[in-house]
Amino acid sequence: MTWKRSPSELLPGTGRRRDVLLAGALLAPSAAVLGVFVIYPLARAIWLGRQRCDALAQRCRPTGWRQYLDVATSEEFTQALLVTIKFAMLTVPSGVVLGLGLAVLADRQLRGMAVFRTVFSSTIATSVAVASLMWLFLLQPSRGALANVGWIQDIFPVVKRPGLLNDPGTALSAVALSSVWANLGFTFVVVTAGLQSIPRDLVESAVVDGARAWRRFVDVTLPLLAPTLVFVSVVLVARAFQAYGEIDLLTAGGPQPQASTTTLTYLVYGRSSLARNDAGLQSAVAVWLFIVLLVISVAQLWLLERRATRR
Amino acid sequence: MARVRLDSVSKHFGDVAALVDVELDIDDGDFMILLGPSGCGKSTLLRLVAGLEVPTAGDVWIGDRRVNDVAARERNVAMVFQSYALYPHKTVAANIEFPLKARGVDRVARSARAREVAETLGLSDLLDRRPAALSGGQRQRVALARAMVRNPEVFLMDEPLSNLDAALRSDTRAELIALQRRLGTTFVYVTHDQVEAMTMGSRVAVMANGALEQVGTPREVYDTPASVFVARFVGSPPMNLLEPGRVEASDHVVGLRAEHLRVDVDGPLEVTITLVEHLGHEILATGITDDGHHVVVRLDGDAAVVAGERLRLGWDHHRVHRFDRHTGRRLPNDLPSGIA
Repeated sequence: MTWKRSPSELLPGTGRRRDVLLAGALLAPSAAVLGVFVIYPLARAIWLGRQRCDALAQRCRPTGWRQYLDVATSEEFTQALLVTIKFAMLTVPSGVVLGLGLAVLADRQLRGMAVFRTVFSSTIATSVAVASLMWLFLLQPSRGALANVGWIQDIFPVVKRPGLLNDPGTALSAVALSSVWANLGFTFVVVTAGLQSIPRDLVESAVVDGARAWRRFVDVTLPLLAPTLVFVSVVLVARAFQAYGEIDLLTAGGPQPQASTTTLTYLVYGRSSLARNDAGLQSAVAVWLFIVLLVISVAQLWLLERRATRR
Repeated sequence: MARVRLDSVSKHFGDVAALVDVELDIDDGDFMILLGPSGCGKSTLLRLVAGLEVPTAGDVWIGDRRVNDVAARERNVAMVFQSYALYPHKTVAANIEFPLKARGVDRVARSARAREVAETLGLSDLLDRRPAALSGGQRQRVALARAMVRNPEVFLMDEPLSNLDAALRSDTRAELIALQRRLGTTFVYVTHDQVEAMTMGSRVAVMANGALEQVGTPREVYDTPASVFVARFVGSPPMNLLEPGRVEASDHVVGLRAEHLRVDVDGPLEVTITLVEHLGHEILATGITDDGHHVVVRLDGDAAVVAGERLRLGWDHHRVHRFDRHTGRRLPNDLPSGIA
């Protein structure tokens, strides 16, 4: 059906002005929410980013837009960006593969499988603080449960001296480990839902066609799961770039002075961050983080769109 | 090509019995129709032959091999699903090739074979398309091509025409019959559509509640239904059934097909016509007896009959079907009336 007349003509009291007023009234609530919570803070952050301030941004002096360039080229910023990218590369692929593996293993009608499903998805209900504390207890060199297993010490002496979280070479991986663990429940639940949405006929058809389990996985399950996996990756990348709690609780951005786990987010807010006491610098870093995430999101959305249109 | 045999096969899902002690012998080259209402177990039977289900009791034989413990991929059967089950991310060519790919046939050989099959089904121009870009009839043929590509011994089809519109369905019926004749392969075909059963099958197995009611040629099933269930399920309109004592002084249920009733002023059955359906070449008139029995009679297209009219109906004696009132099974036709 197509409209012969525009909707406004069908209403009593026609006229363009009426349309505009109505549109304005309907848009106002969301415009207000968007304005107060997104546009204003963003504009203020962009504005603050060209100033040097005190911690509460009460006294500021402008230094000009050049400050953005200075921040972007500073050693601290490039180092933090590098750490953030490394962190994403450590957490996202392994998180997706592990979640996919567990979901595929649990995706069968066996007695007691509900127990495994519950266990695997439990971390979705675990807060970052609890997860981080748990890993702290596991990894702490003096009394940590994992760090004091004899054969682990033999193979990886670093768990005892100086401890995974205290060694500049392993700290980021250790934080990534806790992050992967904490996100596993989310990945598991989403991939399980994706698996269950694959029509049973397709898998059974492949069985009768003579495909063995691996062939079915590669040729049927995985391609049909691709949109789900892209979605999970998008979310995990965003989470990796915004990770803060586990870094603050496990390493506080250290070990210092290498700042091995100081990511961009941590550079903005972290206890040991250089920018901590200057709302202007914090804002500049935050705006850069925003730009980086924006670029990544656009790229990922483009990837999703392209998949969708290829269908 | 192979004979398929089910020997006392039962299948239970938990407490639910989907198949109960089924004996079925499908000859090599047969076009066997499994006919029945939904939930009668016909799809379960097909899945047992395919290897997608394992029988709870009894044996399944394909050729001279007992296949109870043989994996689906080793059975050399092909299946066409009701949904067609085409892989949405693969092109038509890749879909057709898949059974060969799964069996490790090399790329060149399987591509050549897929093209050959596509050619016979008129799919050559569609090889690069994805299933989403095909019509229902085209998808159906792709599913068929995928089943044909590796020359299976048995074709299993689960209501393959039910997603097509009426015109396409009747064309495709004819194509499938021709295909089966050409290939000479055993077909096992599940449907709840009696037109498909009557027109396509060399034999029909009518099923109800997980058991076989009757196995025979379409003609046999129609002319000598083995039970009240078959009499009602096969044929449109369903056979008229009259309670014991209504038209014969006997203790059995009497069945009469609509086309075997005729208007007869001396006929033993009087009805009031409640509905007249003009189908062009014929008229279906539904009447009701004074004690509330519905009776459908098939009349010539030019018969003058109107709703509200009272008619007397008669029939030839050899047209009467008789069924046991308790078991519903058919009784011999030469049974003298009046004897229970």
